[in-house]
Amino acid sequence: MRLTIDHRTTYRFTAPQGRVVQLLRMTPRNTHDQTVAAWNINIDCDARLREHRDGFGNITTMLYAEGPLSGIEISVSGEVVTSSSSGVLHGTFEPLPAALYLRSTPATHAEPALAAFAQAEVEGRARIAALHALNTALHRRFEVVDGRPEPGLAVTAAFARDTATARDLAQMFVAAARAAAFPARYVTGYCDILAGGRATPHGWAEAWVEGLGWVGFDPTLGCSPEAHHVRVAVALDAAGCSPVAGSRLGEGRECLDVEVQVSGQD
Amino acid sequence: MGKAAFDEIMGASSADGARPELRELCRWLADTPDGELRRRQQSAETTFRQLGITFAVYGESDAGERIIPFDIVPRVFLADEWARLSEGLIQRVEAINAFLVDIYGEQKILRDGVLPPDLILGNAQFRPEIAGIRPPHDVWAHICGIDLVRTGPDDFFVLEDNARTPSGVSYMLENREAMVRLCPELFAKFRVAAVDSYPDRLLETMRSVAPRGCGGKPTCVVLTPGHYNSAYYEHSFLADSMGVELVEAADLVVDDDVVYMRTIEGRVRVDVIYRRVDDDYLDPLVFRADSMLGVPGLIAAYAAGNVAILNAPGNGIADDKAIYSYMPEIVKYYSGSDARLPNVETYRCREPQALKYVLDHLGELVVKLVDGSGGYGMLVGPTASSAEIERFRAALIAVPERYIAQPTLALSTVPTLVEQGVAPRHVDFRPFVLTGAKGVQVVPGGLTRVALREGSLVVNSSQGGGTKDSFVLMDEPRGMTQTMSGAGGTMTQTLGPGQG
Repeated sequence: MRLTIDHRTTYRFTAPQGRVVQLLRMTPRNTHDQTVAAWNINIDCDARLREHRDGFGNITTMLYAEGPLSGIEISVSGEVVTSSSSGVLHGTFEPLPAALYLRSTPATHAEPALAAFAQAEVEGRARIAALHALNTALHRRFEVVDGRPEPGLAVTAAFARDTATARDLAQMFVAAARAAAFPARYVTGYCDILAGGRATPHGWAEAWVEGLGWVGFDPTLGCSPEAHHVRVAVALDAAGCSPVAGSRLGEGRECLDVEVQVSGQD
Repeated sequence: MGKAAFDEIMGASSADGARPELRELCRWLADTPDGELRRRQQSAETTFRQLGITFAVYGESDAGERIIPFDIVPRVFLADEWARLSEGLIQRVEAINAFLVDIYGEQKILRDGVLPPDLILGNAQFRPEIAGIRPPHDVWAHICGIDLVRTGPDDFFVLEDNARTPSGVSYMLENREAMVRLCPELFAKFRVAAVDSYPDRLLETMRSVAPRGCGGKPTCVVLTPGHYNSAYYEHSFLADSMGVELVEAADLVVDDDVVYMRTIEGRVRVDVIYRRVDDDYLDPLVFRADSMLGVPGLIAAYAAGNVAILNAPGNGIADDKAIYSYMPEIVKYYSGSDARLPNVETYRCREPQALKYVLDHLGELVVKLVDGSGGYGMLVGPTASSAEIERFRAALIAVPERYIAQPTLALSTVPTLVEQGVAPRHVDFRPFVLTGAKGVQVVPGGLTRVALREGSLVVNSSQGGGTKDSFVLMDEPRGMTQTMSGAGGTMTQTLGPGQG
């Protein structure tokens, strides 16, 4: 498939800012099933960009802009050619051992209810089947809602609800898989088959299966990612690979507006 | 504690009289009336109070700032003792550096099965965010404060490897200055290695690890969390003595992956940062998004090789209490030979066998929290009440992986001026080891902490500990240069990594 992505992130400030420094995790890498044909990051003001690689292997971009700034707009556009491998990843850049991803974070700490839920799903199933069962069970348990996820909502609180965003589902999967002793991580990226054309980047999960490697699971869709997903960044939880980590020097508040358009062609 | 402790001045037992090399010191102690010693001690403490060398005790809301008590009787290391101790310290610090290079790089030590991988990968002190970054000149642990205890002339044990932001060096310097002023006769009797070159050595260390290509004279700064920090005096003291700027995070700005300091003349490029700020508060974009503290972009500048940070971010994995018990294996792995400085035997309560032993011997052991520091959350079995022991027993059974236990050692003592006169008190020791691009050096002195309560083994300043000057004697005639120096010492319990 050929996926065309347009992702616009706009910050408006209620007072002019002296300077803005941001860390962007917005650039995908090539894998065996994902080839980045074109990729551009454009900033609507005079900004200096520097490319880096973080500890998880993600490509990051440092953005430095001098004020006075009343807002800043980051436009990402690109084209990625994908192929399907039933969710099994090949050719990803892995600087850290998979076992690192057994570690929990405050947002993904599985309290007893979620851990017990995970245990019930994986019990008696072979490894890959266990993870698929977990993915399906999470997908069925919640009504998926659009919109921006609640900042800082941890999996324990999310698990007690009836509805969940893509981020919360993916973080619950990550926490549940770890509780069942699978290394697991959060993935941000894009997907062209989300109901309602969600206006935010997408989030799903990957779990490590001995002998197979990293395998993707998308509890929002209830399946493994096929050729409809573009992986951008991974981390221990959603906050660790959010597209923008920003800081600004100045008074006032900020308003964030995000718009994502993904279209796929066979 | 059962058997008699080794007294560093008096020898194995005070009945035999002083150690031959230290008879002069003993005579000085006998000849100087207690009242005179007390007067000098008070004079030193008055100076410390005026200088503002104070600390705040956690959990004492009304206490405000206190000075750490100073003891007028010095602790002395003989030249050959010191030389041997220094070799052990250098070996240990070289291994710590090699470990950090490896663990944030290729992780050969994990692949070779020397350490259980989950010990590192599951440890919050291992920071995946900075994995793959190579600090300038591959130096990670520039300033180490290795805490030691002593049980005999050459029997030193490492208690903790403080490889983050060890504090206390200002006490080493101020205590010496007080001793030179108040007890000049001791410096006439003994050839004591000077410690006052420490700020120069530190500055030289900083300059040596400046990024290649910064050209000419690198700009160095000391980064402090601010004047509310309990070690603020030391931060300003060190910046002052080195003649470099003392800055807070808000004084620094990163642009285009380069760090600048704001000055009245405009931005000045910064090449080397001696930070006394914890990792969590270095860069909010990388470590703690919820924190407004720190310098946004600092880690990017560091990753780009444009600034050196002392000590390197991520060092906590080297001095973590859970790693400590593996240090003998780590030293052997990287140095190729056995560790010259042994650890204190440590029971890892996460292991069922060890836990059983610990529960059966609580009255004899020291039990510590794996993630505790500063002497808090610690059980000293031999002096604990039965209620305290039972409280720890319950805690150990509930969460054994949070605890380690160690035997109580017969810690060495040094004569100390107390209310009743001069009496032996237990001591520990923190020498300071500097690593720059050209190698490792041990500063000939250090921080001796003394447990002022009779029989107490807890030397932490927050728990009623005091300090002493630490003399390192020189063999050579006065004035000869020393090639290698260090400090050796004795003492007890825990001192937290990352203090200050």
